[in-house]
Amino acid sequence: MTPSDHILLALMIPTLGAILIALTGRNRNLREGVTLVTAGLLFGNVLQILPAVLEGARPEISGFEVTPGLDIAFQVEPLGMLFGLIASFLWIVNSFYSIGYMRGNKEPRQTQFYVAFAVALASAMGIAFSANLFTLFIFYELLTLSTYPLVAHHGDAKARNGARIYLLILLSTSIVFFIPAILWTLSLAGTLDFTPGGILAGNADATTTAILLALFAFGVGKAALMPMHKWLPNAMVAPTPVSALLHAVAVVKAGVFTILKVSVYIFGSDHLLSTGASEWLVYVATFSLLAASVIALTKDNLKARLAYSTVSQLGYIVLGAAIATPLALIGAGMHILMHAFGKITLFFVAGAIHTATHKTEVSQLNGIGRIMPFTMGAFFIGALSIIGLPPLGGAWSKLYIALGGMDGDYWFVVAALMISSLLNVAYLMPIVVRAFFRPPDPDDNGHGNGDGHSVAAVNDRLSLRERMAEAPWFCVVPLCFTAIACFVLFFAPDVVIQLLEGMLEVPQ
Amino acid sequence: MTTILADLNYWVTVFLLVGGLYIVVAHGNMIKKLVGLSIFQTSVYLLFISPGKVLGGTAPIIAEGFDVYSNPLPHVLILTAIVVGVATIALGLALVVRIHKSYGTIEEDELHDLESDA
Amino acid sequence: MIAAHLPALQVVIPLIAAPLCAILRRGTAAWVIAVAANWLAFAVSIGLLFRVLDEGVISYAMGGWAPPIGIEYRVDLINVFVLLVVSGVGAAIIPFARKGTEARFDSTNQAWFYTMYLLALTGLLGVTITGDAFNIFVFLEISSLASYVMIAMGRDKRALTAAYQYLIMGTVGATFIVIGIGLLWAMTGTLNLYDLAQRIPDIENTRPVLAALAFLTVGISLKLALFPLHLWLPNAYAYAPAVTSAFLAGTATKVGIYLLLRFFFTVFGGGGFFLSTPLPEMFLVLSIVAIFAASTVALFQNNVKRMFAYSSVAQIGFITLGISYATETGLTAALVHLMNHAIMKAGIFMLLGCVIYRLASMRIDDMAGIGRKMPFTMAGIVILGLSLIGAPGTSGFISKFWLVLAAMENGQWWLVALIVIASLITMLYVGRLVEAAYFREPSEKAKNVREAPLAMLIPAYVLVAATIYLGLDTTWSAGLAQDAAASLLSAAY
Repeated sequence: MTPSDHILLALMIPTLGAILIALTGRNRNLREGVTLVTAGLLFGNVLQILPAVLEGARPEISGFEVTPGLDIAFQVEPLGMLFGLIASFLWIVNSFYSIGYMRGNKEPRQTQFYVAFAVALASAMGIAFSANLFTLFIFYELLTLSTYPLVAHHGDAKARNGARIYLLILLSTSIVFFIPAILWTLSLAGTLDFTPGGILAGNADATTTAILLALFAFGVGKAALMPMHKWLPNAMVAPTPVSALLHAVAVVKAGVFTILKVSVYIFGSDHLLSTGASEWLVYVATFSLLAASVIALTKDNLKARLAYSTVSQLGYIVLGAAIATPLALIGAGMHILMHAFGKITLFFVAGAIHTATHKTEVSQLNGIGRIMPFTMGAFFIGALSIIGLPPLGGAWSKLYIALGGMDGDYWFVVAALMISSLLNVAYLMPIVVRAFFRPPDPDDNGHGNGDGHSVAAVNDRLSLRERMAEAPWFCVVPLCFTAIACFVLFFAPDVVIQLLEGMLEVPQ
Repeated sequence: MTTILADLNYWVTVFLLVGGLYIVVAHGNMIKKLVGLSIFQTSVYLLFISPGKVLGGTAPIIAEGFDVYSNPLPHVLILTAIVVGVATIALGLALVVRIHKSYGTIEEDELHDLESDA
Repeated sequence: MIAAHLPALQVVIPLIAAPLCAILRRGTAAWVIAVAANWLAFAVSIGLLFRVLDEGVISYAMGGWAPPIGIEYRVDLINVFVLLVVSGVGAAIIPFARKGTEARFDSTNQAWFYTMYLLALTGLLGVTITGDAFNIFVFLEISSLASYVMIAMGRDKRALTAAYQYLIMGTVGATFIVIGIGLLWAMTGTLNLYDLAQRIPDIENTRPVLAALAFLTVGISLKLALFPLHLWLPNAYAYAPAVTSAFLAGTATKVGIYLLLRFFFTVFGGGGFFLSTPLPEMFLVLSIVAIFAASTVALFQNNVKRMFAYSSVAQIGFITLGISYATETGLTAALVHLMNHAIMKAGIFMLLGCVIYRLASMRIDDMAGIGRKMPFTMAGIVILGLSLIGAPGTSGFISKFWLVLAAMENGQWWLVALIVIASLITMLYVGRLVEAAYFREPSEKAKNVREAPLAMLIPAYVLVAATIYLGLDTTWSAGLAQDAAASLLSAAY
């Protein structure tokens, strides 16, 4: 099979998977088996494309023309390759975790959940491999629609409200800013194809470029650039595997991926640098990442704190795209990967805590490390990666973004990154400290799952084995796995950098 | 004065047209509205037929001694229009009968009150 | 042999089938005839399309009487496009009609319903295909009279007053059109559209001709429900049987649009004259008001059919907005949206018909929780609703795309912004229905309903599929429309 066939398969596999999952919905073992097999097949399939892309090839499907100027077409370039790999790989991990979580919490409507998940993945593949803005936009909207039932999963008033805000912000940003930006690009450049070096150089002056960039930056609501970030904390009502999907696997990643892709392949890094049109975005992104970190500090709800942490981390990627120097762009691309693994670990932990003890607030977590040592250990590693400390993957991407900032003479960016890292420490580390070093709250019995684990935890005389009360293994194994992956990624940045350097090559 | 008389047919047409339309708009009784509608349509018949009349003209049949003919086309057209008009009024009246059966009134303001209650 | 007579067959087939239905007086038999006649008419339209693509404009002398004395049927790209829409949408609706009419009427009345349907179809196809101005009026009245009856057959007694109201306004509109035609005839001595187009340029700035244009504009605008002449439409659509609403939404107003295009651009010559009048500005303003006023009113409707009826008024605003540009892109946008909106709105009303069939109510509160009870029906409505909003991948996006392109071409960026805001309002009212259907507890009425029968769902899904197909392949919508728009502007007829 040629790499082009694999592109088609990448779209077909999750789609067929969704149908099969719907058909096997009555038998849950079969249904979840189908999910896992589909996820595995998808990753294997996407992996097949990698060697060709690393060699510099750009496999493509030419597709068809919808109306002059608008085509449906696919092409794999390094950035899309990276996003495709992340999404398909994390789907496997997330599927294992979902099985544990959904069963552990006896969630309703599980078939609908797995089907929507598979459709979301198909959309993510479409986004990753689209060859032009129009194709990307179609799959971008499909992703919004397919994740809507996931966010509204619980069906109660709170979930409905969260889902309504989710849909309203994402759809209206794309209607109000994104579509006009696409059409404007088309009228300026006469094409929407992602082209190395960009298509706007020579077609748009500095002011036009800056306005257009604003339309893209705020139109891609999934990138959660402040003030378009409100949907993200509101979507926290969803079950945790959905949060993982939103924050790590596909949704926000699709957003920042789009912004990065637009700045590299539509604007072109040279064009952005020579016109200075993206300078304002550097400031906005910096503000966004600092402000979100500060807000995260004030949140007691664990998932809400993590949500604002995501908003902040997405700011890094937008920042990288705005600085637009080669190092910054590579750093931004890497950060998509590093943040994905770090943040999915943290969300898995939040879900595992919820499954095991039904606790949701940071202030309830005193001493929880004693009964859930693996879980909280993974949290520690994930948190370090998010903060950006070696020897964890997150260190590389932040380093590259900072280096890129120096290249672009944005010294305040370096300062902002340092402050932000400190803020990260301030909102993540107290959780670890509480979990491991504070004694459990004595009045905790009522909030626990009622079988006396909290009391057991007080009793240090019990052996670790006796006081442990971890979530189901289906939950714990994936989160340990992603934590280890954060560690491994620190030692293997070469492949990622090699891949992403390909994105900056402009054929003469 | 002569100009008014020369265009007399148009003046009559305009009078009927405006009068008919006024009745349609101003009256709340459904039958009266249809009467107005009928007058309105009639004005159009005049509009078509009167310019087709040529003074001293006759039916366009070639015969000895006649060389001024009137155009027959408007008559044919208006015959069709009359048929259409009759059908419209008939249907309108039928609807009024049904409305009277259902609501017990054919005054628009009363109907309006009845419908907003429903 | 048959190919030569296609233009006549287009009208004659449904015209003969109509009395046949009336004579048979048997619901099922009448339905079979109606389906056959409508499908044949659709086939004839397709045949005509290929002939026009092959050999250009077709002139057909009705009854062998050469124009301009005889009545000429003249088929070019523009009207073959509209013929396709009318007969095609009809072909999807008529199989759907069976279940709903069967449940409501006895056998005789069913036969009458199909008779009226076929007459309405005859009239609309006739208006579109004929090349004779007075013939337009006659066919228009045939279709109007039939549609008044079709509306009056609704289950709610308010259908009667709605039909009456439409009759009054429709007749006034039609009479205005005759006045316009009469003035043109008095000035030029011809009723043949082609001849008119030849003769009017010499006298286009005389007062009677301008008066004729004014009468025609108002009369046709009444028929196509251009704001503020739309008052008959919401009640008519809301209380008519679902089949009627679907049919009228998909065809009647669209034929009105066709007439507007034909008179403005063909008869009055290539767009130049149109642009020299105040009409473009007038249409621009009225269209924008239509879009916003009607969309806003739609937001506050509790009757879902009425909501989509107001939505139709707004969508017609999008079409006339395209016309107001009088550029090739603008007219393409208008024609594309004419086709796309016909298909999606007919589809929506059919699916709402499925809901009524089971639920016997159109109140949004009664439709709460229906998404789980009637999954296919609601899924269809969601897809068509997305198209109404203009989501990419559906035909609605293509319409908006062309419209925005036309606005950009004229440098009217503020209009782009308005179109965008209008899409947002559309999203809100469609969203209201979706939310009620999927995320509210089932209402008392909704608890006991089941999915609609396949005989209703399959025809509706043909239109759903068409909506998606036309969002991905626009050869037959935008492709044709672009050529048609070009020929409108060059006044080639």
